[in-house]
Amino acid sequence: MAMVQRKPPLAASIDPTAAPASQPVLTVDGVTLQYKTPDHLVTATYRVGFDIHPADRLVLLGPSGCGKSTLLKAIAGFLKPVEGSISLKGEPVTGPGPDRMMVFQEFDQLLPWKSVRENVAFPMLENRVPRAEAEARALDAIAKVNLTKFVDVYPHMLSGGMKQRVAIARAMAMRPDVLLMDEPYAALDALTRRKMQEELLQLWEDVRFTLIFVTHSIEEAVLVGSRVVVLSPHPGQVRAELNCHHLDVRHQDGPEFQLLTRRISQMLFEDKSVGH
Amino acid sequence: MVEITMTEISVKLTPPIRPEGEYDVTPPGTLGDVAKPLSLLERLANTTSVRRGLILVGIAVVWQAYATWLSNPLSFPTFTETLSALRDGIASGVIPQRLWVTLQTLVMGYAIGLVIAAVFTSLAVTTRLGTDLLSTLTAMFNPLPAIALLPLALLWFGLGRPSLVFVIIHSVLWAVALNMHSGFLSVSETLRMAGRTFGLSGFRFVRKILIPAAFPAILAGLKIGWAFAWRTLIAAELVFGVSSGQGGLGWYIFENRNTLDTAAVFAGLLTVMAVGLFVEGVIFRAIEARTVRRWGMQRG
Ligand SMILES: Nc1ncnc2c1ncn2[C@@H]1O[C@H](COP(=O)(O)OP(=O)(O)O)[C@@H](O)[C@H]1O
Ligand SMILES: [Mg+2]
Repeated sequence: MAMVQRKPPLAASIDPTAAPASQPVLTVDGVTLQYKTPDHLVTATYRVGFDIHPADRLVLLGPSGCGKSTLLKAIAGFLKPVEGSISLKGEPVTGPGPDRMMVFQEFDQLLPWKSVRENVAFPMLENRVPRAEAEARALDAIAKVNLTKFVDVYPHMLSGGMKQRVAIARAMAMRPDVLLMDEPYAALDALTRRKMQEELLQLWEDVRFTLIFVTHSIEEAVLVGSRVVVLSPHPGQVRAELNCHHLDVRHQDGPEFQLLTRRISQMLFEDKSVGH
Repeated sequence: MVEITMTEISVKLTPPIRPEGEYDVTPPGTLGDVAKPLSLLERLANTTSVRRGLILVGIAVVWQAYATWLSNPLSFPTFTETLSALRDGIASGVIPQRLWVTLQTLVMGYAIGLVIAAVFTSLAVTTRLGTDLLSTLTAMFNPLPAIALLPLALLWFGLGRPSLVFVIIHSVLWAVALNMHSGFLSVSETLRMAGRTFGLSGFRFVRKILIPAAFPAILAGLKIGWAFAWRTLIAAELVFGVSSGQGGLGWYIFENRNTLDTAAVFAGLLTVMAVGLFVEGVIFRAIEARTVRRWGMQRG
């Protein structure tokens, strides 16, 4: 696999023994989230808490339906916690905003009436970034996701993986405090998914953004994340917080990687048998 | 028929094991033409305007043949007679002038109707009261033919353009508002959330996300609204004719019927159709090609 030969090894970029000197960018504290439907009150997550520090790649991992998307929506500001609080740089989150850009799982998140370039520049232009700067940052972000050839193409002419790349470029170009991704690769084929995971890590090597990444795949969690928050099945509670900044594609067949994935799968499996 | 016995079913098939192979692949550049241009005839047959033009020619031929055979210009003039009446009407400046009057009234009513529809729909997507208001009003007024309002309009606004404009507004408003609203409602949740994370809200959200995302439905509403308005206007002009010496196309048709100039009546009808075809086939098609079809939101 040629993509794997990155310049600085991932493990060297973070010193795991150093205490976190930084302030958390985002704090999720005892958050309970509920949906009110006409005949039910669904509790999606129960008293979930964790911190995200600058340049973290925090993965929310849990079985389908455990409230990952709901949690991410709450962080994005679409949902109010019924209990607990979410704060960004010390300020409570009150609504959606461009300081928390989101990449969705669905391919229809791009604006069909705008070309790739216009899609990426749009959030910046709507937030008073001067046009020249927005254009430059858009082209830069598009280059980073290897889509320079497609800048003037409309979304309907792109493949699913390319659409997700545009969405990532659009979110990154905005330089948000936290980048939120909700299973962005779940609807892609395995080969494309692997390529995109590697691209994302490479991008992180370059830019060092702060990422919250939601997935239900244990392997993807360990691969993409520097830290994994394991959520229990519905309603989601924090089952474990694990470090995996030292594991990436190169270690995938190694014993440490296998051990960790097995440990996580045991957690999820055991919880499942209790929960149902 | 071969009868399948139990023993035959229980035999397990195993695929034969064949040798493996790895092959060199021809690089794409050396494969020759991957895309071959179509011949002129094929391209012509693929052009909608050519196919439709052929149908029009066919209709003209049948018309001419039937009218010649009938040979009664008072009730059914031939195609060529109609054409020459049309030419005379245009040359004398009567038809262009009548058309101009009609189009002015139409554009006025259409524009006002659109603005009101936009206001109603914006209210409907932002407030619940607005939703209820819109659905109640459309349910009430949409089934009401615009022409039926004409007597009332005459009572309120008198004989003249305001009455016509009122009737056109009525015929455009509900169709467009209904389509716009259902278009807004069908905008995907993902797109809405994406727009909100960009920091858009309120009127900016409607303008920058909802309207373009619902554009296929809005355009459909505009087309229906146009069709209603055009038919209504011609009919209304026919019914109450001239106002302050400024008759429209409908009046032209009515006037010539009274003088039994049937060829001129046909010429007037032809003009009505031509304008209808032009707006639907040229203007709306051009808008579609530049918007929804270019964006892949509608198949061409
Ligand atoms: N709009 C909604 N209304 C009611 N219940 C919902 C809604 N969205 C999700 N849920 C419920 O909340 C729980 C968590 O859903 P979700 O956050 O989508 O899970 P995940 O993303 O982890 O698969 C599920 O039980 C789901 O049925
Ligand atoms: Mg989900």
